Amino acid sequence: MSEAKLGRRSVVRALLERRGELLVVAGLGSSAWDCTAAGDHPLTFPLWGAMGSACMIGLGLALAQPRRRVLVVTGDGEMLMGLGSLATIAVQCPGNLAIVVLDNERYGETGMQKTHTAYGTDLAAIATACGFAKAEIVRSASQIAGVRAGIHRAKGPRFYQVKVASDADPLVLPPRDGAYLKHRFRDALLGRSSATDSVTD
Amino acid sequence: MRRKTSEEAPDASLDWPAAIHRALKSQRVRQISYVPDAGHKRLIELCHADRSMAAVPLTTEEEGIGLAAGAWLGGERAALLMQSSGVGNCINALTLSSNCGFPLLMLVTMRGEWGEFNPWQIPMGQATPEVLRLGGAHALRLEQAESAFDTVSAAAKVAFEGYGAVAVLIAQRMIGAKAFKEKR
Repeated sequence: MSEAKLGRRSVVRALLERRGELLVVAGLGSSAWDCTAAGDHPLTFPLWGAMGSACMIGLGLALAQPRRRVLVVTGDGEMLMGLGSLATIAVQCPGNLAIVVLDNERYGETGMQKTHTAYGTDLAAIATACGFAKAEIVRSASQIAGVRAGIHRAKGPRFYQVKVASDADPLVLPPRDGAYLKHRFRDALLGRSSATDSVTD
Repeated sequence: MRRKTSEEAPDASLDWPAAIHRALKSQRVRQISYVPDAGHKRLIELCHADRSMAAVPLTTEEEGIGLAAGAWLGGERAALLMQSSGVGNCINALTLSSNCGFPLLMLVTMRGEWGEFNPWQIPMGQATPEVLRLGGAHALRLEQAESAFDTVSAAAKVAFEGYGAVAVLIAQRMIGAKAFKEKR
C-alpha cells in the first residue's frame, strides 16, 4: 500500500525554515512559487524563464561562494531540460551545493502533461551515475529531516528527487523583474559596494 | 602603406591564446566554461593550468550562460568559450543577460566563414552575428592576433562594467581553417 504523497509546499517550508546563510536558486514555475510561499527572501533567486538553467546558476554561485551553502529547488520538467548540467556539476564536485527536485511528474504550468519521470525516468539514478556524492529519491515525511541536514551540513554535491503530489497550490508569486531580483541578491550577499565594482587598468 | 595580399598567412608567431588568457586574468575572470573547439585548445589548457581559475567543461553551451549568471550573483566574473555552432544553443538562455542584465562575456571561435571545408558548419557560422544581435548581445570581431589582448579586455569592460552581453568573434582566418589532415 502506498502512503499519501508529500505536499510540495510543506516540503519546501520545512527545508527553508531557519535557513541561516543558505543561498537559494528556484527553478521556474511551481518551485519558485513554493519558495516564495515559504517566505520571499533577497537571497532567493527565482527564475521566470531560461528553463533548464537553475542548476547551472547554482553551480556558478557555489563556485563563487565556497563558504556558503547553495540550494537549487526546481521541478522535474525544468531539471529534465538541463540534465547535462548534472554531469557538469559532478565534474566540479562542489561540496556546498545541493539540488532538490520537486517531482510531481507533471508540467504543472502548462496543463499538467506527464513528464518523463511519470514514465519512469529516475533522476536520482542519473545524478548518481554522473558522480554526485549522494543522490536519492525521497517519498516520506520521515526523510525530510535528512534532506535538511544534507542541504545545510553534508558534503555535496547532493541530489534529492522528492516525489510530491500533483495538486495545484495557490499562486504565491515572487517579484518578476529579473534586474531587481539580481540586484537585491547581490546587495544582500555582497553589499552595496558590489554595484560600483570595477577593474582599474 | 603595406598592402595585404590574400596569400599572406595570419601571423602564427603571436601567441594570441596566451594574450586572451592574460586579458581574462587582468579582468579578474575566475570561472571559464567551455565546450571545446580546436581553436580554443591552447586557451582551455592555460585556464585548466591556472589555479586562480575554475575551468568548467560543459555538455552544451547554454549551461555557460547559467553558470555566468550564478557566478555574478556570487560576486565572480565568468567567461564562456565556444565555437560558432554553439551560439545557436544559447538563444533562450540569453534572457538572463538581456532581461536581467547579467554580464556575459563569450569568446566564439568562428567556423563557416573562411575556407570552411564542412558545409554543415556554414549555416550557423553565417548566422552567428545576427543570432547574437537578436539575442541582445554585442559582437566584436577579432581578426588580428596582435589585437587579442585589447579586444578581449575591451569586451570584458563592456560585459562586467557596462553590464552587457558581449561576444568576441575570433575570425576563422586568424585561427586557421580546420582540415582533417591529422589527429591532435
